[in-house]
Amino acid sequence: MSVKTKPLTGKGRSRARHEGPLLKVEELSLFFRATHGVVRAVENVSFELARGRSLTILGESGCGKTSLAKAILRLLPRNVSTYTGRVFLNGTDIMRLSEDRFRHDVRWKQMSLVSQAAMNSLNPVLKVGYQVAEPLFLDHRTSKKEAMERAREVFRIVGIPLPFLDRYAFELSGGMRQRAIIAMALITNPSLVILDEPTSALDVLTQAGIMNALKKIKQELELSFILITHDIATSSELADEVLCMYAGQLVEHSKAERFYREPLHPYAQKLMASVPTLRVEKKPEFITGQPPSLFNPPKGCRFAERCHRRFERCQEEPPLFAHGDEMVKCWLYEKG
Amino acid sequence: MANNTLLSVNNLQTYFELKRWGFLHAGYVRAVDGVSFDLQKGEAITIVGESGSGKTTLLRTILGLAKPTGGEMVFAGRKLDFKNSRDISWLRCQIGFVQQDPYGALPPFMNVSRILREPLIVNKVRREEQGQRIREALEEVRLIPVEDFLPKFPHMLSGGQQQRLVIARALILHPMLIAADEPVSMLDASVRVEILELMKKIQKAHNLSVIYVTHDLSSVRYFSQHAFVMYAAKIVEKADVNEIVNNPLHPYTQVLLNAIPDPEPENVAKFRDIPPGEPPSLINPPPGCRFHPRCPHVIEDLCDVQEPPPFEPEPGHLVECWLYDPQGASAKSRSELKAPADRASEASDNVS
Repeated sequence: MSVKTKPLTGKGRSRARHEGPLLKVEELSLFFRATHGVVRAVENVSFELARGRSLTILGESGCGKTSLAKAILRLLPRNVSTYTGRVFLNGTDIMRLSEDRFRHDVRWKQMSLVSQAAMNSLNPVLKVGYQVAEPLFLDHRTSKKEAMERAREVFRIVGIPLPFLDRYAFELSGGMRQRAIIAMALITNPSLVILDEPTSALDVLTQAGIMNALKKIKQELELSFILITHDIATSSELADEVLCMYAGQLVEHSKAERFYREPLHPYAQKLMASVPTLRVEKKPEFITGQPPSLFNPPKGCRFAERCHRRFERCQEEPPLFAHGDEMVKCWLYEKG
Repeated sequence: MANNTLLSVNNLQTYFELKRWGFLHAGYVRAVDGVSFDLQKGEAITIVGESGSGKTTLLRTILGLAKPTGGEMVFAGRKLDFKNSRDISWLRCQIGFVQQDPYGALPPFMNVSRILREPLIVNKVRREEQGQRIREALEEVRLIPVEDFLPKFPHMLSGGQQQRLVIARALILHPMLIAADEPVSMLDASVRVEILELMKKIQKAHNLSVIYVTHDLSSVRYFSQHAFVMYAAKIVEKADVNEIVNNPLHPYTQVLLNAIPDPEPENVAKFRDIPPGEPPSLINPPPGCRFHPRCPHVIEDLCDVQEPPPFEPEPGHLVECWLYDPQGASAKSRSELKAPADRASEASDNVS
């Protein structure tokens, strides 16, 4: 089955195709105010993502993965104390756009989000098809009829039987609800979809089904994914590149072939060693200690305290070193 | 029965009654339907299954938190009468429960010392002894120095520490069995192995038996000896953990294992084979083998008619599937199998 998504009718769809990376994030920082000080949730993160590639953001809970996604989408809570950096999408600096422009032209039009546990937040009193189509006709650029037509199309892409358009959320199983949420993110034909733990609440078989659907979407629609997860085994299902975060900072940005085989950063190495495998006989290990508090992170390398390859240099904060095609934030790779 | 058997479960059934308008009988949810197994002293087993397969209900029944509707359970040589509240409270003292979500399992308004004291007070442990027991339990789960942790509240602990505290609480009455319901699924990958290793160490030190309930076989395979695979309220395969992983026999186990990814970059290009459909409704399970509507190797007129008994194609490896019938599935002619007509007729509205 080959599905061609024709560009939607209506104004505002004449998106000039920009040469160069689809998404470019430069020195993005996001700090929150809390009662006891400032939480440095995302600090100085820079990366690029090419069109049609998918990037996995890996890290333990509390390392700032979700905050990074929220910062890219400008979905910020009220207690933000610092929000700096530049985010270029298709060549435009979207952090400089006014909130109105951003909402109108960027959010959900060019990039959309499948947020964590979103499948439980479907509206129980609206039909699923209507909810999926809603982003299209809300701003009156598309008629309701066309929007429903398009909803039918995305349902086909994500693999939900068409009769489900007229069902309510409670009539759908968990996997189907998650697919509906993905359909909702795809309906505006965005060029970037951010998936925040899309399968963490699902069963193994359902999870594999969703991952199959996402792979198919990626092949057919030529869009980019950012997959945020702490489940390393599942993350490999949809990763061209891996961005590993620790304590609010990017520590390694590598190609998938490199990261899953022999990661560079000691934290990434330890993290990969802690993943239990089913087919390879390898006893998993664990990382001793705990990640530092983001209120008052240590001066030098943030992983130094738990690192097995620490040396004097680690008291200073390492910059991002280029090591071949990879970027790694560790003094061990100073020489390139 | 061998003297070394700690828990023996025989044809256990836990049904929940469905009511219409609050009083009319409307059928049963067969959450656990005829499960039998033996657990030796000092043995660790894993129950694997998807959500809705009845694995948590099985655990809750063993813990005495859900009443079985049929079958029997013998714990440490004592046959349990679930109507007798004294039996139940005795049973609960013998089993420590490690819950899935540590934060949800710990009362937020109690500090560590109070959380651990609670079971001792309930079970009338002498006051002089309590402090000592609390200290021992905390040292055992390596929440040290103990003095630092005693006044802390659950929100001041990290996820891994909270789970250690839950384990300490499970241990404090010196149980014979630890029942753990997805003990690490809420924790980060780097902490998971640490918690599982801790549980294994405690198990070895006290010769405890452990039942892990999980959907993630890869994380517990190094920490248990046997694995049971549950599908739609029944155990479909029983074997050594490594046997299950390396040589799965039941078609369901095969697809389940096939769906679990290992972290490898090749996964991007691979599509996984997953069976069509969803697990059956437990109100009205399909006749015959419960996996037959989704099974790739279904044998017509056998799998959809008659429930498979456990076969033992290899020593110690039990599987409930007609493919492993030593007489050969095709050898049996159709006439020999009498269709249980009453159940076959009900099976139509299973497709959800």
